[in-house]
Amino acid sequence: MADNREIKVSVKNLKKDFGDLQVLKDINTDIYKGEVVCIIGPSGSGKSTFLRCLNKLEEVSGGQVIIDGHDIVDKNTNINKVRENIGMVFQHFNLFNNLNIMDNLTLAPVQLKKCSKEEAVERGQNMLKKVGLEDKAGNYPNQLSGGQKQRVAIARALCMQPDIMLFDEPTSALDPEMVGEVLQVMKDLANEGMTMVIVTHEMGFAREVADRVIFMDGGFIVEEGTPQEVLLNPKAQRTIDFLNKVL
Amino acid sequence: MVKIITVYGGMLLTAMGRTLLLALLGLFFACILGIVFGIMGVVKNKILNIISQIFVDVIRGVPMIVLAFFIYFGIPYLFNTIIGGYSFTFSALQAGTICLALNCGAYMTEIIRAGILSVDEGQMEAARSLGLTYGMAMRKVVLPQAIKTMIPTFINQFIITLKDTSILSVIGFPELVNTAKNVQANTFMSFQTWAIVGIMYLIVITILSRSAKVLERRLNVGR
Ligand SMILES: Nc1ncnc2c1ncn2[C@@H]1O[C@H](COP(=O)(O)OP(=O)(O)O)[C@@H](O)[C@H]1O
Ligand SMILES: [Mg+2]
Repeated sequence: MADNREIKVSVKNLKKDFGDLQVLKDINTDIYKGEVVCIIGPSGSGKSTFLRCLNKLEEVSGGQVIIDGHDIVDKNTNINKVRENIGMVFQHFNLFNNLNIMDNLTLAPVQLKKCSKEEAVERGQNMLKKVGLEDKAGNYPNQLSGGQKQRVAIARALCMQPDIMLFDEPTSALDPEMVGEVLQVMKDLANEGMTMVIVTHEMGFAREVADRVIFMDGGFIVEEGTPQEVLLNPKAQRTIDFLNKVL
Repeated sequence: MVKIITVYGGMLLTAMGRTLLLALLGLFFACILGIVFGIMGVVKNKILNIISQIFVDVIRGVPMIVLAFFIYFGIPYLFNTIIGGYSFTFSALQAGTICLALNCGAYMTEIIRAGILSVDEGQMEAARSLGLTYGMAMRKVVLPQAIKTMIPTFINQFIITLKDTSILSVIGFPELVNTAKNVQANTFMSFQTWAIVGIMYLIVITILSRSAKVLERRLNVGR
């Protein structure tokens, strides 16, 4: 790792518990500008919780999370401003059911006065084109397939022109034939240089697209490195066991 | 029967008007209470949650007739006699409105709270992840979806409130039942009087519930 690269996300001694349950025990890592990081690990190991701590959807119990120099654990940091620069894509899409696709895309930019309504619509159209759904602007979420919904969700996040994108198992809720279309959009995004943190079970995708793979288990980062290192030559026994199970 | 209609018809219709007025006033303030306490019931703040729950429990745990007497007689007595030095009374309309608003407000709180909770948490999270404030997310994403699920129960609550106004005849507000008691006392025609009053309620409530059905269907089609 060249150290002159810009750090976008810096996580130090991150801890998170839900009551008595310690979910994240001591997480340390830096994520660089343009880096694509895939997080893998068994279910319940704290992957989603970790991702949700990066935009403070979960209140952090200890440690620091610094996004572009802003410590988001600090109560004085305006978390809404920080979130404007971090897009998030959820396993279950979470499109706004009361709004049509174009309104889904323009709600946040217009409400937050990022641009005029006209500019937001134009940007929305460009984003829909980018994910191959330019003809769906007037439809409602319940009229789309899962794969289409997830592509809209990505477009919605991109309309805020974020620097960082977080993905929490974006293809886990999809029928197998729709996984490819979503992964393709994510690949394009990675090639454009977007900083991405992706929780995924798609090992093929991780091997092809990730700059770095993090293996989490029991609330710790057990092992991290290039896909070559972690996926093909894992060192820790827990990583080896996990990969044997999923591959 | 004919005599009651020709002689007392106008009086009963005016009383029906007062019944509707009282129900609408009560419902209006109940909605405000319901939105305030309903949101207090869903925010991530234990103290506000508890206040909301206490409001609902207290009002639901007291019969409305007791609440009516308490407000109309009890509160002025507190100020005028127990504390002393005030000369303070409620009109029957004021006391009736407060009583209905509190009573119906407790149920509205539950309706609004349940409506908000019925919206998938992911909707709020997605909105917040884009940088929207809690208030924006509530107004633009969560409440519009919650209100859609609330409409049938809401209309139902309006009908219940309309019927509950009859309880307020006990504090002397000249709504329909109170007025009908006078008609009965003057004419001794109990059967006819109460049959007419029953039919009057029935007509108004049927019109209400029919239009509710139409409204509900329209909203579902129009999204
Ligand atoms: N809101 C919550 N309240 C209590 N426990 C939770 C909550 N969210 C997650 N957990 C628990 O935290 C652990 C890690 O969950 P999660 O981060 O979702 O794991 P993963 O995404 O790796 O499957 C699990 O044991 C889960 O039950
Ligand atoms: Mg998860």
